[in-house]
Amino acid sequence: MNATTAPRTGPAAPAPAASRPASRPAPRRTLRPGRIVLVGVVTLAALYFLLPVYWLVIAATKSNASLYGSFGLWFDAPRLLDNLGRVFSYGGHIYPRWALNSLLYAGVGAVLATLLSAAAGFALAKYRFRGREAVFKFVLAGVLLPSTALALPLYLMFSKIGLTDTYWGVLIPSVVSPFGVYLCRIYAESAVPDTVLEAARVDGAGEERIFFTVVLRLMTPALVTVFLFQFVHIWNNYFLPLVMLSEDDKYPITLGLVTWQQAADRVPELTQYTIGGAFVSVIPLAVAMLVLQRYWRTGLTEGSVKE
Amino acid sequence: MTTTGRPARRRSGRTARPDGRAWRFLAPFLLVYVFAMILPILYAVYQSMLTVERSGPTGLGKPSIGFAGLDNYALALDQTAFVESFARVLLFGIVQVPVMLLLALVLALLLDQLPDRWAGLLRSAYFLPYGVPGVIATILWGFLYVPGISPIGEVLGEFGFQPDFLGYDNVLWSIANIVVWEFAGYNMLIIVAQLKSIPQELYEAARIDGAGPWQTALRIKIPLVRPALILTCVFSIIGTMQLFSEPLVLKKIAPAVTQDYTPNLSAYFDAFANANMYLAAAKSVLLAVAAMVLSFGFLSLVNRKQRSER
Repeated sequence: MNATTAPRTGPAAPAPAASRPASRPAPRRTLRPGRIVLVGVVTLAALYFLLPVYWLVIAATKSNASLYGSFGLWFDAPRLLDNLGRVFSYGGHIYPRWALNSLLYAGVGAVLATLLSAAAGFALAKYRFRGREAVFKFVLAGVLLPSTALALPLYLMFSKIGLTDTYWGVLIPSVVSPFGVYLCRIYAESAVPDTVLEAARVDGAGEERIFFTVVLRLMTPALVTVFLFQFVHIWNNYFLPLVMLSEDDKYPITLGLVTWQQAADRVPELTQYTIGGAFVSVIPLAVAMLVLQRYWRTGLTEGSVKE
Repeated sequence: MTTTGRPARRRSGRTARPDGRAWRFLAPFLLVYVFAMILPILYAVYQSMLTVERSGPTGLGKPSIGFAGLDNYALALDQTAFVESFARVLLFGIVQVPVMLLLALVLALLLDQLPDRWAGLLRSAYFLPYGVPGVIATILWGFLYVPGISPIGEVLGEFGFQPDFLGYDNVLWSIANIVVWEFAGYNMLIIVAQLKSIPQELYEAARIDGAGPWQTALRIKIPLVRPALILTCVFSIIGTMQLFSEPLVLKKIAPAVTQDYTPNLSAYFDAFANANMYLAAAKSVLLAVAAMVLSFGFLSLVNRKQRSER
C-alpha cells in the first residue's frame, strides 16, 4: 500500500522520485561519532528483526532432544532433511495439504480481489455517474471495519446458509479488499490517461475489452501492490479460517500449525514438527516478499511521476 | 492525485451525460462487498438482539428464541472481565503503538542517511517479519520466551537474570513485543515511501541555510511524513483493538492469558466454548463500533489540530 499512499499524500507529487539518486545529499558530511551511532542502531535493529528467524532456521535442524539440551543459537547435529521429511509425512501427509490450501486461499483470493478492486477503482476514477462519491465513501467505510471483528458475524451468517466448513467460507470474504479499491482508484486517476481510453473507443473497442487489454496493463504496479498485500493478508489470516473450518483437511498452514503446537504437550515430537512446519512456511513467503518488494517499490514511485 | 484531476474534469465537461457503464465494473466488487462485509454486520446486529428463552416454571421446558432488545449489550457491559479486556487493549495500544511508530520513524530516518545499497538491504531485513503470519510469529517468540528452550533466557541466565516473560505482569508486554516485531518494518516502509516523495529542492534549500542532518530531520522530514504517520497510526489502532491470535496462541503456555484477555478473545470463547452466539454477536458489534469510534476520533482530533495550527 505504501507506494500509492505516498504519492497521494505527498505535497508535491510530480517528479521527485525520479531525480533522487543523482542529487542525494552525500552522507559523508555527517560527523564521525554520529556515524558510529547510526551504524550501531541500524545493526541492532537488524539483529532484533532477524534473530527469531535465525533461531527458527537453527531450531529446524535439531532433534527434539537437542532443542532443549543445546544452545539455541548454534547448530547441534544438524538433520534438516530428516526433520522436514517427518514434518511432511506426519498425520498422513497433512502438512503438504495445508500448504496447498494456504496457496489456494491466498493465491485465488488475492487474484480475484485484485481484479475486483481494479475494476471498481477504475470505474470510480474514470467514469462520471450519479452517486459516485457516495459509493466511494461506502467502500471507504469498509477500510475502517476491523477484519477480525467481522469473522464472527461472517460465521453466524455463513452457518445459516451452509457455507461454513467449505472452501467458499474462507475464499468469499477473502476477495473483498476495500483498501484495494481505494488504491486502484487513486492510481487509475493518474496512470490511465483519458486520451488512451478515447482512442480505444474510437477504434471501436468495447469497455470490457479496453479494461482487460489496456487498463489492466497501465495499472500493473498498483495491481502488484494490491495483490501482494491481499496475498499476505489472507496467508496470515487466522481468525477467519479458525471460526469457519472444522475439518483439518481444509485448514491453511497457520491453523494447522497452531493445532500441532497446542497438542505438543500430549505428543512431544509435535514441538519439532511445529518448528519445522513454521520454517517451511516462512521460507517461500520471505523470498517472495524480498523479490516483490523491488518491483513493487519502483512501481509505486512511477505512479507519482506520470502526468 | 491532484495532478491528474485536470484532464478528467475536462473530459466530463465534454460528455456531460451520466456514465452508466461504470456500474458494470463496480457491480462485481459491490456484490461481494455487500454480501461478505455489510450483510454479516447487519446480521450480527440482528442476532445480538436475540436470546434463548426457556419456558416452564423451572426453565427446563423447550427453549425458544426470543427478542431481547439490548439485553445482550447490557449483559456484556456488565461483565467486569469484558470491560477490563477493553481497558487492557487500550493500555496495550497507548504503549505499543507509539513505541512501534517511533521505532519505524527512527529507522526510516536513519536509513535515509545510508548509501542506497545498505539501506535497501536493511529495509528488507526490517520488513521480513511482516511476511511471517502472526500466529507463526507468536509460536516463534513463544519458544524464545519459554524457559528451557529460549536462548535469550539462557544468555540472561548466565548473568544472573531470570526473566519471566510469560508471568502475570509481563505477558502483555511480551505480546506487545511480538506485535512490534511483526509490524514495525511494515510501518517503516510506509514512512519511507513518503520520505521519497519529498522534493530534493527542500533538502538543497535546507543545506544552503546551514541545516545539519538533525535539523533537516526534525524541521523538514518529520513534518512532511506526518500523513504517513497518521495513516499508520489509524491502522495500528484498528489492529490493536482486534488483538486476538497472539494472546490465543500464548494462552497455551501463559496461564495469565485468560478467556477474557482481549475483547475479541472474549467474543470467540462466548461463541465456541460457552455456546452463547447472541452474546458473542453483541460483543463483536461493540468491538467494531469501538474500533471505528477510536479511529474516527483520532482522525478528527488530528484534523482539528491541523486546522488550529494554520
